[in-house]
Amino acid sequence: MTHETKRKIEGFVALFLSTLAAFMGLFWLIFILGDVLINGMGALHLNFFLNDPTPAGVSGGGLRNAFVGQLMITAFATLIGVPIGVLGGTFLAEYARGKKLSQIISILADIMVSVPSIIVGTFIYALMIKPFGHFSGWAGAAALAIIMIPVVLRTTEDMLSLVPWTLREAAFALGAPYYKVIIQVVYRGAATGIFTGVLLSIARVAGETAPLLFTSFNNNFFSMNMNGPMPSLTVSIFQYAMGPYDDWHAQAWAASLVITLFILFITIGGRLLLKWRYKR
Amino acid sequence: MREWAGGSRTWPIDILTNMAPSTKKNPIDLLFAVLTAVSSFSIILLIAGILIVLVFESSLAIHKFGVFNFIFTIDWDPVRKIFGAASALYGTMVTTVLSMLMAIPVAVGIAVFITEIAPSFLKGPIGVTIELLAAIPSIIYGMWGLFTLAPIMSNTIEPALQATLGKLPVFSILFKGTPMGIDLLTASVILSIMIVPFTASISRDAFNLTPEVVKESAYALGATKWEVVKNVVIPYSKLGVFGGVVLSMGRAIGETMAVAFVLGNNHQITSSLLNAAATITVSLANEFTEADSDIYLSSLFYLALVLFVLSFITLFIAKLFLIRAERKYSR
Amino acid sequence: MKTVFKIGLVLAFVLAGVSAQAAETINGAGASFPYPVYSAWAYNYHKATGIQLNYQSIGSGGGIRQITNRTVEFGASDAPQTPEFLKKNNLLQFPAVMGGVVLVVNIKGVKAGQMHLDADAVCKIYLGEITYWDDAKIKSMNPKLTLPHKMITVVHRSDGSGTTAIFTTYLSQACSAWNDKVGHGTSVKWPLGIGGKGNEGVANYVRRSGNSIGYVEFAYAKQNKLAYTLLKNPAGRFVAPNFKTFEDAAATGDFEPGKDFYLWLVNAKGENAWPIAGATFILLAKEKKEADMKTVKFYDWAFKHGDKKAKELVYIPLPESLKNKIRAYWKAHGIY
Repeated sequence: MTHETKRKIEGFVALFLSTLAAFMGLFWLIFILGDVLINGMGALHLNFFLNDPTPAGVSGGGLRNAFVGQLMITAFATLIGVPIGVLGGTFLAEYARGKKLSQIISILADIMVSVPSIIVGTFIYALMIKPFGHFSGWAGAAALAIIMIPVVLRTTEDMLSLVPWTLREAAFALGAPYYKVIIQVVYRGAATGIFTGVLLSIARVAGETAPLLFTSFNNNFFSMNMNGPMPSLTVSIFQYAMGPYDDWHAQAWAASLVITLFILFITIGGRLLLKWRYKR
Repeated sequence: MREWAGGSRTWPIDILTNMAPSTKKNPIDLLFAVLTAVSSFSIILLIAGILIVLVFESSLAIHKFGVFNFIFTIDWDPVRKIFGAASALYGTMVTTVLSMLMAIPVAVGIAVFITEIAPSFLKGPIGVTIELLAAIPSIIYGMWGLFTLAPIMSNTIEPALQATLGKLPVFSILFKGTPMGIDLLTASVILSIMIVPFTASISRDAFNLTPEVVKESAYALGATKWEVVKNVVIPYSKLGVFGGVVLSMGRAIGETMAVAFVLGNNHQITSSLLNAAATITVSLANEFTEADSDIYLSSLFYLALVLFVLSFITLFIAKLFLIRAERKYSR
Repeated sequence: MKTVFKIGLVLAFVLAGVSAQAAETINGAGASFPYPVYSAWAYNYHKATGIQLNYQSIGSGGGIRQITNRTVEFGASDAPQTPEFLKKNNLLQFPAVMGGVVLVVNIKGVKAGQMHLDADAVCKIYLGEITYWDDAKIKSMNPKLTLPHKMITVVHRSDGSGTTAIFTTYLSQACSAWNDKVGHGTSVKWPLGIGGKGNEGVANYVRRSGNSIGYVEFAYAKQNKLAYTLLKNPAGRFVAPNFKTFEDAAATGDFEPGKDFYLWLVNAKGENAWPIAGATFILLAKEKKEADMKTVKFYDWAFKHGDKKAKELVYIPLPESLKNKIRAYWKAHGIY
């Protein structure tokens, strides 16, 4: 075998394996999503959304309380986390631009993005549950907010940095104070990017279970009282999937389907939005 | 890239006052600046806060077990109130290492495919596939693992492994025991599927940074496509790929829900991959609300502290690699 | 930008306002042992009174921990707490219902009520000394069954569990080897096996793993159609788990209010007594009179109206005399 043939064969094998790897990635995605779709569709009926849970072993229950609870916790987490994240990212990209401090905070934020979410749960438990003596939706929202802040902060910082400097100079030239420049010029310019960052952070926390396990805990009843244990979709999935009842399993699949669709929808939507905006 | 036209080096007062001159005079501007500064400091506060709280809560356990002793004690005995992190650390490490061994070749392969092999109409969709895999929440992986993968593992794959690799002298200890599907191997497989997207997308970004010129020169010298990848692209993007690998490791260490369903939560150090085990995250998830003695809860907080320090260091190292990679390319 | 901000602010206030009104709720957590019956009672109580009794099954260990920390209004535990422990943590305790822990197996061809086991065999299985289903000891007790030459998959609890406490107390009392090597408690150092979370988790794992054995509260075995085994009781007879044998075990119990009803029902004497029976207890924070009154009101209602449902799920309602002793106990502590 000539050296050349050897090179050709080696190349062919290597590239073939790479192609195989890529299609394997595709395969897993289709397999998992397909499974969730098939198993979830079966249990997806109107009662699932309209009914509250029935006692263990009794069929006909739904997860209405969990849907509402998840929505409330996520909504409050967004209300807390997004402003802090956006403002923080603004600081790094504007007032502290180029300084060592901004680099340090940026690196720390990147690390925080990947910190195990269950640790955030233990942190909030020690801070908000133990001293006050009861589980609460507020604690759950706080835990999720902590996870959101670094994500929003980094994307805001990146998006604001993309706004050309000359835009700011033009505004300064017109005599605007810095904060006005930021709010009316820079934010406007980066609005889509920031919005996408917010969307992605929501997608990230919508599927989180671990931080809710010992903060918002769980509730078998419909409750909108953030001051007590709140039901959530993800914790219910955990509880139902680990239980023995077939009815519970079916509901867990259905809930998984809803969450997956929601997250995929937001993720794809966010990416499309970015592409559309920044292709111009 | 982020050049400020005329800033000084001293801070923090400087940061606020050496901005646009208006900041000094305009109270609203100052307020806004302070507001944003405080918001960004929240990151530092959070990290410090978590560290402090975890140390405080685990002080009882630290006092009783010490540092070295805790890390190397295998016992996790709530009855005799003796706790050690070794079994949980073992599970964390085995699942992480195993999942990375399975994930990295696949991820790099995917990245090579996207950047070098795929025709341009495919680059987009496969890239989107990877992003979607990354976006699926871990509890979905966990559920799928419990209901779909575990039965397949226990009925088909694990017996097959036992029959083949299990007969070889060195590998036989890895495959002892009844294939139940609820074990280290299944957990590692799920974890590896979860890690692939992260490593793949970071590797892809790193590969894309290789200047076309360098690649073209290699082609001009008669290199095959694979040789360009092997000898030009990969060495060039070593730092980035490595950073991605370490980042995925950091993610794998801290993964809870995907593993909680299929690991079996048994605090033991076992040589067989077909046995149940425990990781730090799964122990926390299962036992946190149920620790019935102060020392038990404190030991769990201690585990959380160990995990926090471990993942922080890992992610920090990853970030260092990624920064150096970035710096190298933007020169 | 401004409109988004305004909308966000309004939304925040609306949500906060809505969340401030709440239906009356009692939060409890603990044992998974009585979860089926408590959740059934809570469902009916809600229909009758509109009050939500939110009970989370996190294991007895969790129940004890949460009530000690006062993060819930009541804790539930199958492992009775000693009067010393209760005094130290300022808690009250009373039994709510009784039930039995059964061994369940998942072996092809073995149906419910067919397999015979005794304490010694169970000990050895959970110690890892008997590893195959066709072991001589098991075969000798089950001459009519075809047992496969397969390894036994042992399932136990991964969380702090009163069911575990009852089960391990039974083993400790019956086998000195178990007592020496492992001991008893809500959480023990299991020699081998996989850990499921809650009775639910154990039932789930036994269902999906062939050749497995686990221990669960009887309602879980019944609801999930698991194959329970017969056990040899201290009187020497092989008994099946059912209302009668549970009742026989429960009848031997002498609960004393003076000792805060502390009592284990395992290895009960009686010809037909089920050897692993137990009561399950409610723990209250002594100083939280208002919350205690709400909880007591629920259990009083359950004592009056819940017997039928309990029996349906094969739990043993407390005898009337015991219920009255409990009411007197409540009264003595000012919460009834």
